[in-house]
This record gives sequence, C-alpha cells and structure tokens, in this order.
Amino acid sequence: MKLDFQHIQAAHCENGVTTSLLRHNGIEKITEPLAFGIGSGLFYIYIPFMKINNGPAIAFRTQPGLIFKRTCKSLGIQIIRKKFSSKEEAQKVLEDCLRAGQPVGCQVGVYYLTYFPKEYRFHFNAHNIIVFGKEGDDYLVSDPVMEQTTSLSSYELERVRFAKGAFAPKGQLYYPKERVHVTDDQIKKAIRTGIKRNIRDMLYIPGNIAGIRGIKYTANKIRKWKDKLGPQKAGSYLAQLVRMQEEIGTGGGGFRFIYGAFLQQAYAYHPIDALPEISKKFTQTGDLWRTAAVQAAGIYKGRLGSQADFNTMSDYLLEIAELEKQAFVDLSKVKWNT
Amino acid sequence: MKKDEIPHDLGALGKITKEVCYAVDESGKYTTALSEGWEVKATALDVAWNDVEGRIADAKQRVLNNEASPLLFLMEVKLMDIPIVAAYTGFWKWQVKRHMQPSVFKKLSDKKLQRYADVFETTVDNIKNLKFQ
Repeated sequence: MKLDFQHIQAAHCENGVTTSLLRHNGIEKITEPLAFGIGSGLFYIYIPFMKINNGPAIAFRTQPGLIFKRTCKSLGIQIIRKKFSSKEEAQKVLEDCLRAGQPVGCQVGVYYLTYFPKEYRFHFNAHNIIVFGKEGDDYLVSDPVMEQTTSLSSYELERVRFAKGAFAPKGQLYYPKERVHVTDDQIKKAIRTGIKRNIRDMLYIPGNIAGIRGIKYTANKIRKWKDKLGPQKAGSYLAQLVRMQEEIGTGGGGFRFIYGAFLQQAYAYHPIDALPEISKKFTQTGDLWRTAAVQAAGIYKGRLGSQADFNTMSDYLLEIAELEKQAFVDLSKVKWNT
Repeated sequence: MKKDEIPHDLGALGKITKEVCYAVDESGKYTTALSEGWEVKATALDVAWNDVEGRIADAKQRVLNNEASPLLFLMEVKLMDIPIVAAYTGFWKWQVKRHMQPSVFKKLSDKKLQRYADVFETTVDNIKNLKFQ
C-alpha cells in the first residue's frame, strides 16, 4: 500500500510536515516559509534551569507542535491529533489512516532513527516525519529533512514513536481532518495573524528569558561563562548554542532566513513596500547570527579564548537583539490594508 | 546569506543527505539551495561528541574506583541521563540514582537487572561482569 504522495524536502521538519500534509489535502499554495510565518515559528528562548544533553536549553523556534496547530487553525482547517498509551492501538490507528488514503504526521525520537547518521542521534524527541504507505513490514517514510523518501520496519517505527524522555511523543500522530478549499483572502488574513502573534512573542512576552530580552539575557550570561564554567565547559556551551542555531532543521541563521523568505512571500498577498524592506533586516540578523557562530567556533576550537573574545561574542548578541527588536517594531507599524 | 555564500563543507550529515538552506540570489530574492554542511557547525558537533567521550571515560573511572555501579557507565554510553533511564526502565528516578551506588547495585535481582539490560541493549551477565568496550 503506497499512497499517491509527493515528498517535499524542507529546511525544518515541522514546517515540512505541515507543508506536505496541507498540499496533499488540496492547499497547493502553501510553502515552507508561509507555514513557518503563519505558524509564528520565529522565537528565541534560553531556559536557565533546564539542561539538554548537559548543555544550555536554547531554542530559536517556537514550541514543537505549534507551527502545525496554528497554521491549520489560521487557515480554518480542523486537525486530528492523537496520543496513545498502547503501542498496538497506535499502530492500528496509523494503518487505518493509510487505508483511508491519509498520509500521517508522526512525532518521533531521533536516537533510534536508523536512517540518520550516528553522529546526529541524540535523545531528541521533537522530530517530525510523515508515514505514507506500507510495503511488507516496512513503512514508507517522508522525512522532510532528507532529500529522498526512506523507510522504517514496523519495529523501528514503533520504537521511535514511543521514544522516552523530554517531549516523549507517546505515539503521537496528526493530520488535517478533511480536504478544504482555502482562498487567497484566508491566506492573507492568516499571514497578518501570524505576524502579529510573532510580534507579541518576540517583543512582549513576559519575563526576561524569551524573545528579544532572552537574547540579551543570553548575551549577559555568555560574558560570565568563561569565569563561571571554565574554558572547556564554556566552549561546550557555545557549541550547543551554535548547534541549536545552525543545525539541520533551521535553514541557517537560527530560522531568521526562513522568516526573511516568509516576508517576501507575504508581499505577494499584501503589496506593502515595508514587508520586503523588513525582510532585509531579517537577512541581516541571520547573517549576524552566523558571524557570531564563527566567533563561537573560534572559542570552542581553542583558537580564541580570552575574556575579550567572550565579550565580543556577547556584544554580537546584543547587536542582534537590537536589530531584531527594530525589525519587529517596524512590523508592528505596518499599515495593513485589510 | 547570499546564495553563493552557502557553505559546502562535507560533514556527517552531508554524506547521507544535503540540507535545504535559505539564501538570497543576485536580485535579493529568497531562494533555497542544498548545502553539504558547514565547518563551523561540524566542529560544534565534534565538541558535543568529545564531551560524551569525556563523560564515558569519567564514568569508567568511577566504576573502576568502585564509586559507581556499571549502570552509570552503560547510561553514558547510551547518551542517556537519569530521567531518560527512568522513563525507559520504568523505575523511579530516585531508584535509578540508588542503583548507581555499588552497594545497592550488588543486591539487585536479575529481574531488575533485566530491565536495564533491555534498555542498554546488553545482557544481565554483561552488566554484572562489565567489560569496558
């Protein structure tokens, strides 16, 4: 059993799953940047009391699951999302969907994902794939970060769907409930909602660890890392920051480039000259994130390492925070026509 | 990032798949292109693996010094931490922590050790007579 399904490679897994599933269900105009922007995917958070793989917990994107949820909601698409306590039930529901012709998004853990290179297999549970068929004992898998489709045996799929630890997927699957027609007007409105929500998340979220203030908070932390953690651990922390920012799934520059692409695509629906101009600012901050990554690499490779080098790193982040603040303030001043 | 600045430093992932990057072309329009990797992030990943190896070596030493049970070593080899081990074995976190003590570990039943063996993909016998491979 193999559904007629078009694999789309994307930068980010959840964007990719959202885009592919929506296109499969008849929404031809959706693209990865649109899904990301409508879902208000851009974010920043540093959670000080949490550790991921013994390093700092940093994210450049919104909470897993929200992009799919928000994008569908904004476009008026109902979704089905299920978690399971029984592995048999999880498999049965998945197969029922396939028989009904519906490809299914699954949240999975990466550690036991056999087709991933070993170097990438940490205990990370918020990866997303689409299952679109079964041949013999093998499920056909469209993993949005891969160029080609791949497959997992039923045991392998069960194992990744029931990975344990933080964000344990619990067999979670999701898909749009029905085929719907989405008008340009709906997309237009969804873009506006997505941008407004993103302004709120980046500028006005309470506390000082998230949004623009989260970037400044991290900048101030980095200044102290060398003395507080020692050079070795400080280097590891910076490496973790760079991985969250640049690793597979981000499209580069901590998702800032995808957001820049989104604003350009938004212009097609909202011909407001400010949008492509603000897009350039996101390109600029993405570039600056990458410049900061090069500085960080100098430190964790041991080429740099003085307090002055940590200060430079910290200053980059402060500069980025100012730029992104300006970009979102500009977005909040956009005069929408509809 | 400009399209012609997209790095192509072959990394671990690049051998299996190229990844999508977003960048602007000559006219300033966003487009996607495939990248084989970037040296800056490849070395970040190397740092992460170095840390893992460091933790495994520490754990080995602590087991040899009889400061920790072999479960600590096996946990580090599987890149796990106590909450993850607890989730996979079904023990409570405080139980897993206790089982890491050599004195408590010695008294563990084979039945309990089997739960660890399943998660660490080894045998009870191997856990009891751990060879550090």
